[in-house]
Amino acid sequence: MKNDLRRRSRKIKSGIAYFLCALSAILALIPLVLILGYVIFQGAAALNIDFLTQLPKPVGETGGGMGNAILGSLILIGIAAVLGLPVGVLAGVYLAEFRNPRLSWTVRLLADILSGVPSIIIGVFVYTLLVLTMKRFSAFAGGVSLAILMLPTVARTTEEMLRMVPDSLREAALALGIPRWRTIVSIVIKTAGGGIMTGIMLALARIAGETAPLLFTALNSRTWPTGLDKPVASLPVQIYTYAIAPYADWHEQAWAGSLVLVLMVLLLSVGSKLYFGRKMRSVK
Amino acid sequence: MTSKDNLRVRLAAASRTVRGRFGDSLFKSIAFLAATGIVVLMGLLVYKLYQTADLSIKEFGLGFLTSEEWDPVKDIYGAKPFIYGTIVSSLLALAMAVPLSLGIAIYLSQFAPRWLRSPLAFVVELLAAIPSVVYGLWGIFVLAPFLGQTIEPFFSDNLGFIPIFQGPVYGVGLFSAAVILAIMILPTISAISRESMLNVSLEQKEAAQALGATPWETVRMAVLPLARPGILGAIILGLGRALGETMAVTMVIGNRPEISASIFAPAYTIASVIANEFAEVTAGLHMSALVELALILLVITLLLNLLARLLVRKTGSRAGKGKRT
Repeated sequence: MKNDLRRRSRKIKSGIAYFLCALSAILALIPLVLILGYVIFQGAAALNIDFLTQLPKPVGETGGGMGNAILGSLILIGIAAVLGLPVGVLAGVYLAEFRNPRLSWTVRLLADILSGVPSIIIGVFVYTLLVLTMKRFSAFAGGVSLAILMLPTVARTTEEMLRMVPDSLREAALALGIPRWRTIVSIVIKTAGGGIMTGIMLALARIAGETAPLLFTALNSRTWPTGLDKPVASLPVQIYTYAIAPYADWHEQAWAGSLVLVLMVLLLSVGSKLYFGRKMRSVK
Repeated sequence: MTSKDNLRVRLAAASRTVRGRFGDSLFKSIAFLAATGIVVLMGLLVYKLYQTADLSIKEFGLGFLTSEEWDPVKDIYGAKPFIYGTIVSSLLALAMAVPLSLGIAIYLSQFAPRWLRSPLAFVVELLAAIPSVVYGLWGIFVLAPFLGQTIEPFFSDNLGFIPIFQGPVYGVGLFSAAVILAIMILPTISAISRESMLNVSLEQKEAAQALGATPWETVRMAVLPLARPGILGAIILGLGRALGETMAVTMVIGNRPEISASIFAPAYTIASVIANEFAEVTAGLHMSALVELALILLVITLLLNLLARLLVRKTGSRAGKGKRT
């Protein structure tokens, strides 16, 4: 009788724990739904062709858009990709293919730590490194800070993807007398290509939404981009500027900008995940 | 040793052609440069910040950490309100995010029906994909007014005798910042804890079940103890993210360099003051003081990340031996 009671209370306890865990999963979905809901509804209301193609209007005039900021963001991401991708992928290749235990251990740890450094600190770093020496804010400096931010992610995913390539492939290529570098470039990297691309797209998605490191490197601008050595507007910085300004129509534009930004980021990250998921299944 | 055999095969093949050997050494050097580039970058990061902060370090010494005055007009700088705001907002966020994240991780790795697990995990991780500035925008116009009109007045009316709930409520302030931060670090903590719970071997769980443990007892006695280092690592990584988070916090914390007892009062964080003041500053002591703040934040996050990575790696190798469940 006593035993029975104890068993029942243990079962009830287990049921409560199950309920609480399921409840926390549901609770986590609430902010997601709310944020996406607000961004979609508020954003869609203010979104139009002008918003995507026009320059911002001066204070007091309505209309105008964030065309320059959208273009600026693409330019900044482009600079970051050109600088960050080769270094990141090659660093990943070194970690996976040339096994030098002590250096690899250090690089891996530092890459992991670097990915945890707050992005605003990378902005301060690039400011002291480039903006102070070139004596101007520039698209280039903004691109460099984004490149540094994507470097560890790209290096680590490249390494992990290359490690998944079976050694038998490498051995087969080497047995055919193909030099090692060609084996790596045209066989190992090619085999792991889908996974590496996924990592790259996730890294791009992350830097596309970064604001803090651009605040004092790329700064902001109310005109179309004119050169890599000039300040340039970007979507996240423009959203921030508009959100904290006291004008209602700027707030609407900030929501529209957020919708564009969220779509861009989700397209990159969700798209790459779905693509990679399909790829993995077809391998299996 | 298969790896030695591999090496021998590779070496033999590589030395087959002189051209191949040259290409190999060139390729290896380039890859080596890229890998060491990360090491150099980290070194340069610490060096440049230290160099720029030097002026402020010499001027204020350790008093920088304890002084409460931050006055660009008088050129006097103290870091205490910012350190306080950073730490308190992050700890409050942890207090909210950790129980929820662990619940999610347990549900996703142990309790949820199999078909629901990966879609649900995917959806929770979407929270991590939303840019920080979008959180901030939502925070300013939706979350902060909501908290300021409902939850904050409730606490200050009913529990106002406790100092942390006293004083006027504005909506923007430490509490709103902490709620935003909690939402933002939730996916980080839950994803990494879930990973380490999945790494617990099936044998351990079966052993507990064979002894008649209920599902919850299995989690508590078999899964959680083995996943503990990974969970701890996940919490520390979440803390690191919260400490350095800039945009969302800047937009809802109120940006006032004061230390008040109430969690509803406006405050300021290290990252926020850098975001607000750095672009307008030209040189001199003000900039140096801001960079010193950045250096303090960098050192804290470096140490936390180092600790977290070592902990996460430990579960990966220890509990990861068994079959994945």
